[in-house]
Amino acid sequence: MNIRRVFIANRGEIAVRIIRACRSLGVETVVAASEADLDAVPARLADRTICIGPPRSSDSYLNVEAIVEAAVRTKADAIHPGYGFLSENVRLARACRARGLVFIGPSEANLEAVGDKLRARRHAVEAGLPLAAGGPVDSTGQAMALAERIGWPLLVKAVGGGGGRGLKLVSEPSRLAETVELAKAEAGAAFADSRVYLERFVASGRHVEVQIVGDGESVIHLGDRDCSVQRRYQKLVEEAPAPCLPERARSGMRQAAVAFGRHLKYLGLGTVEFLYDRNREEFYFLEMNARIQVEHPVTEAITGLDLVAEQIAIAEGRTLRLAQEDIRFEGCAIECRLNAEDWTRDFRPTPGRIEAAVFPAGPNVRVDTHIEAGSSVPPFYDSLLAKIIVRAAQRGDAVDRMKSALSACDVRGVSTNRDMHLALLDDAEFAAGGVDTAYFNRFLERRGSAPSAARNPL
Amino acid sequence: MILTSDDVDDIIRILDSSFYDELRIKTDTFDLYLRRSPAGWTQETHTLSPPHMIGEAGAEAAPTIAAAKAAEPVEAEIDGVTAVRTPMGGAFYRAPKPGAPPFVEVGDEVGEHTVIGIIETMKLMNSISAGVVGTVIEIRVPDGRLVEAEQVLMRIRRSGA
Repeated sequence: MNIRRVFIANRGEIAVRIIRACRSLGVETVVAASEADLDAVPARLADRTICIGPPRSSDSYLNVEAIVEAAVRTKADAIHPGYGFLSENVRLARACRARGLVFIGPSEANLEAVGDKLRARRHAVEAGLPLAAGGPVDSTGQAMALAERIGWPLLVKAVGGGGGRGLKLVSEPSRLAETVELAKAEAGAAFADSRVYLERFVASGRHVEVQIVGDGESVIHLGDRDCSVQRRYQKLVEEAPAPCLPERARSGMRQAAVAFGRHLKYLGLGTVEFLYDRNREEFYFLEMNARIQVEHPVTEAITGLDLVAEQIAIAEGRTLRLAQEDIRFEGCAIECRLNAEDWTRDFRPTPGRIEAAVFPAGPNVRVDTHIEAGSSVPPFYDSLLAKIIVRAAQRGDAVDRMKSALSACDVRGVSTNRDMHLALLDDAEFAAGGVDTAYFNRFLERRGSAPSAARNPL
Repeated sequence: MILTSDDVDDIIRILDSSFYDELRIKTDTFDLYLRRSPAGWTQETHTLSPPHMIGEAGAEAAPTIAAAKAAEPVEAEIDGVTAVRTPMGGAFYRAPKPGAPPFVEVGDEVGEHTVIGIIETMKLMNSISAGVVGTVIEIRVPDGRLVEAEQVLMRIRRSGA
């Protein structure tokens, strides 16, 4: 079928990004807006805007019924869920099918296969992927036996967790039983799922992920990305390709990602995440994200593809129009996430009104944003203001280009983390490339602004 | 914003080979201002097209936080009483999770570091401390209500005051 009108069940920069892709394809757009976003840039850019509920996400962007109802009412053919919110929600996919709408995303079977971390681990084993030693635990005795096989320290992870939530480090055997019990109780309260599993703790790991795309039969990869610069599991800087990676590891991860996608008969765009152990020079499957990701522009920058357009083509039922040998990687790309937060005050979020928004422009610089002077940054959603993406033939030149691009950024009215990015780009360890996920805290400590204890409930 | 990023790149390539340092393009739907700066070209965009709303919803403005703030009475400083204000806007929660007992009730004794509530801002939970030693005499904001930065959450009578 041909998709003529897409309903966008998201907000912010990704809503703008999807509108742009649709416009270049000649597809009409209807954007869902909460009461807090009725006057936002996506609402102004879309062909039509419909209010789906009050500002809070649970009343609007997370409300499956309201979204599907609005999509039917506005005679859309398909729903694009963006990232976050309902993007990997199998209930939305099912509701779309029930109402004759195309869900622009993976199949319901794909979503179920990777939505549960233990099930995803089982599929990874079946597909022959390496996993960090570990497994599910029910009883304390069983946990101790498993822990002795894994070795210390290790992680207790909630099956329903993710993004750093529901994760506990255990350094010594005497603390295992109580940590498992606490983790189960907290996971039950937070995720309505008290299942936990143990996993080896990698002392110096990098977050490397592989972008794949499939049509339900054929699956290819679109290269790797490194997202190791993170604060409390929130990515800050991403790059493609992953720098300073042995070729054996790079091709190993790419092949593993494709094998996983083929095993799942994967449909659409997805990302297979790996933990790369810098000391052992080995990689382990972590999880799969069954959606478009925030950092997709760095892949687009080095492949020349429009990943949202590819999503829509596959959702229309087309077979893959690209073969693996059609994918060429040129140069290096870096993305910095400009967030509304005060990095000098423990990264306190700073909602408010944008007074000025000047961004860099020109060839090899891309800015994905939904803010301009007069935009409101509501307190209900995440703090992402803009993504600055640059490309160059060499990584060092890309770093320099990013410095210029960020220097040209002038966002007023809210605090931003621009200067944090500039300091990071000047840091010798980042400049050398291939930092691990513990790097960002080291960077902060070197600057004398050591992070305070985590305040997140889990 | 109706222009694509490639369009803007093309315009900048033309400008690069010219003497011009700035360019403004204004139509009914957008206003794009390009300027040469020491760090390279910059862009400022204003989307001028209004939202094309479907349906009756949205005619009324969002129940803004500003309205809640406007309704707040002017705070008269009372001797010995501290108004606990939120440093940031967001949703105010009186309990650690739905259904749990509130952190504090009127009449409770609190210390400087006693948590009196949580403000959820941009997906982050921030605990709010009393900041003074004393007794809670008034809870100004109900559970789950949206608050703006510097809004008064509670009032506490300081000990010995």
